[in-house]
Amino acid sequence: MRVGLFVTCLGDTLFPEAPQAVVRVLERLGHDVEFPTEQTCCGQLHGNSGYRDEAFKLAERFERIFEGFDAIVSPSSSCVGMIREYRPTLAPRVFEFSEFLVSRLGVVDVDAHFRHRVTYHPTCHSLRVAKVGDAPLRLLRAVRGLELVELPHATECCGFGGTFAVKNAETSTAMLAAKCSAILSTGAQVCTAVDNSCLLQISGGLARGRSGVRTMHLAEILAS
Amino acid sequence: MTSFPDAARVTLGDAQLRRNLGNATSTIRDKRARVVAEVPDWEQLRNAGRAIKSDVMHRLDEYLIQFESAVQEAGGHVHWACDAAEANAVVLDVARAHGATEVVKVKSLTTDEIELNDALEAGGVRAIETDFAELILQLDGDWSSHILVPAIHRNRTEIRDLFLRTIAAPPLSDNPSALAEVARVYLREKFLTAKVGVSGANFAVAETGTVVVVESEGNGRMCTTLPPVLVTVVGIEKLVPTFTDLEVFLQLLPRSSTGERMNPYTSLWTGVTDGDGPQEFHVVLLDNGRTRVLSDEVGRQALHCIRCSACLNVCPVYSRTGGHAYGSVYPGPIGAILTPQLLGVENAKTLPYASTLCGACYEVCPVKIDIPAVLLHLRAEVVKAAGGTPERAVMRMVARAFGGAGRYGIAQRLARLLQGPARRLPGPVATWTQTRKLKPLPKETFRQWWSRERGA
Repeated sequence: MRVGLFVTCLGDTLFPEAPQAVVRVLERLGHDVEFPTEQTCCGQLHGNSGYRDEAFKLAERFERIFEGFDAIVSPSSSCVGMIREYRPTLAPRVFEFSEFLVSRLGVVDVDAHFRHRVTYHPTCHSLRVAKVGDAPLRLLRAVRGLELVELPHATECCGFGGTFAVKNAETSTAMLAAKCSAILSTGAQVCTAVDNSCLLQISGGLARGRSGVRTMHLAEILAS
Repeated sequence: MTSFPDAARVTLGDAQLRRNLGNATSTIRDKRARVVAEVPDWEQLRNAGRAIKSDVMHRLDEYLIQFESAVQEAGGHVHWACDAAEANAVVLDVARAHGATEVVKVKSLTTDEIELNDALEAGGVRAIETDFAELILQLDGDWSSHILVPAIHRNRTEIRDLFLRTIAAPPLSDNPSALAEVARVYLREKFLTAKVGVSGANFAVAETGTVVVVESEGNGRMCTTLPPVLVTVVGIEKLVPTFTDLEVFLQLLPRSSTGERMNPYTSLWTGVTDGDGPQEFHVVLLDNGRTRVLSDEVGRQALHCIRCSACLNVCPVYSRTGGHAYGSVYPGPIGAILTPQLLGVENAKTLPYASTLCGACYEVCPVKIDIPAVLLHLRAEVVKAAGGTPERAVMRMVARAFGGAGRYGIAQRLARLLQGPARRLPGPVATWTQTRKLKPLPKETFRQWWSRERGA
């Protein structure tokens, strides 16, 4: 199986730890991972802001770069959802990372060790667009030493929403405040999720409050 | 229309208002979830609701004519109104023809949409709102902030004080039953003396000409049975083909809206019945922008809405901003897709962006309106209508940078160079860093790491 890694523009530029972790976990499981260097962005930024033509071109470009792969794996449910919508022919071969492990590879235990109290934020697009279900939770439960604590009002949006966080900054901040206090109420040391965009928002709120709670992409925990 | 972010600031800055809203929406949200979970065929009901409404939109012309004939056969009068002015004129003419100076009204979004009360007032006729919450707003000169619970932004102490200023004498406690009693005494006299009742409709059955009003307080039953004359204003999208189709919607609506298994009062009437209820019945079929919505293949599903308000109660944006921020009688996610279509996107261009696209609304919608998809569609319309904005220029530039790995790598390096020591974002995106700490850019990008590690 030829596995192509789609790191996403955000993962490439701001969160390289997440795609690096994906590489480590997949190689540990015996898979070769390729990184097509021509890749850039799936087009979601444009698509979600009303620039459909630009989004369509970027999605088309994405398909050209990734068409030879049996599986395209990405540490972002949001970008996976975007590709599935704009390039339906690729849809059966595009996977969010946790979904790839659990549904495609049938692996739940990736031999990870992580001695921390962790809470999981199910991002809106992982729940309602990519529909990864409980794959992330099953993976987390199999991590040695990890104490998983439930996040209250888990399914409520963190307030990121791409350009929403800029166009409606005050409302976004009010939503973020609720998410941060829910996270703090769990006593978790780490908040994890499968989308770095949401983690960017959440870590921005947590860091400003000097909470000491860290955010980590699920892949980083699984690579530990 | 005031932009959504500006209008939202009012509620965001009012702690009491936000508490009222947060408490009320979470209560209804939980109640809805409980009663929906009891129905084993809920998904099938939603699919049926969507299918019926979609059929109505495809054959609306036929159903409207069928409805008109059925109402006329049953002794009712049918009026067609292109816009608010035409509809309001019909209601005013009927009231004047009967020498009415007051009409009693059932809570109705459609008549709010056309600002019927103001039009009647201008013509010398006073409209009395008889729904408890609508009465509160009318007495206070306020307007609705929620489809189902219009005074959701008010608490009972505020209501007690309002009643003392307007229709009640002291002493008055803020006990809900004491407050309800004040309204009951005030309204009973209105019900018994009004010559004309005015209502909207939840559903109108093409096959039989039957009109349906669903409500909780019994005021609707009073308005539609006691006055000798009744005028009902119906948006043309409210039709259902057959009487048996009501079975689907009368299950979907109460569970989705109030979180009840069945609503307390469901009134159905067909034309005029000798010696029972109003002896003169008028229906006003209202377009007011609906046919324009119908012409949009993606956007027309907004017309499927049965006004349950489940999308408001689950919306994380609505529960922070309240309904007034949406600048129309249709607030929340459904308002964000309906208002720009009814008024034209150029007149409500911030509304399609008043969402994080979290999808909670789509998940609960009883007729499966794909609100996020329509929002995206409308955003594209806004961009098209706006022409050459600075945002477009930036988006084009970014798209160009994403168009090739070389250009993209340069952009990444440039971002690191421009990253200031204070880590504040520049220009229009500065608002982000006002309330959040921005993560510093890492020492190397993934692609730099990959080429160093793997030498590719």
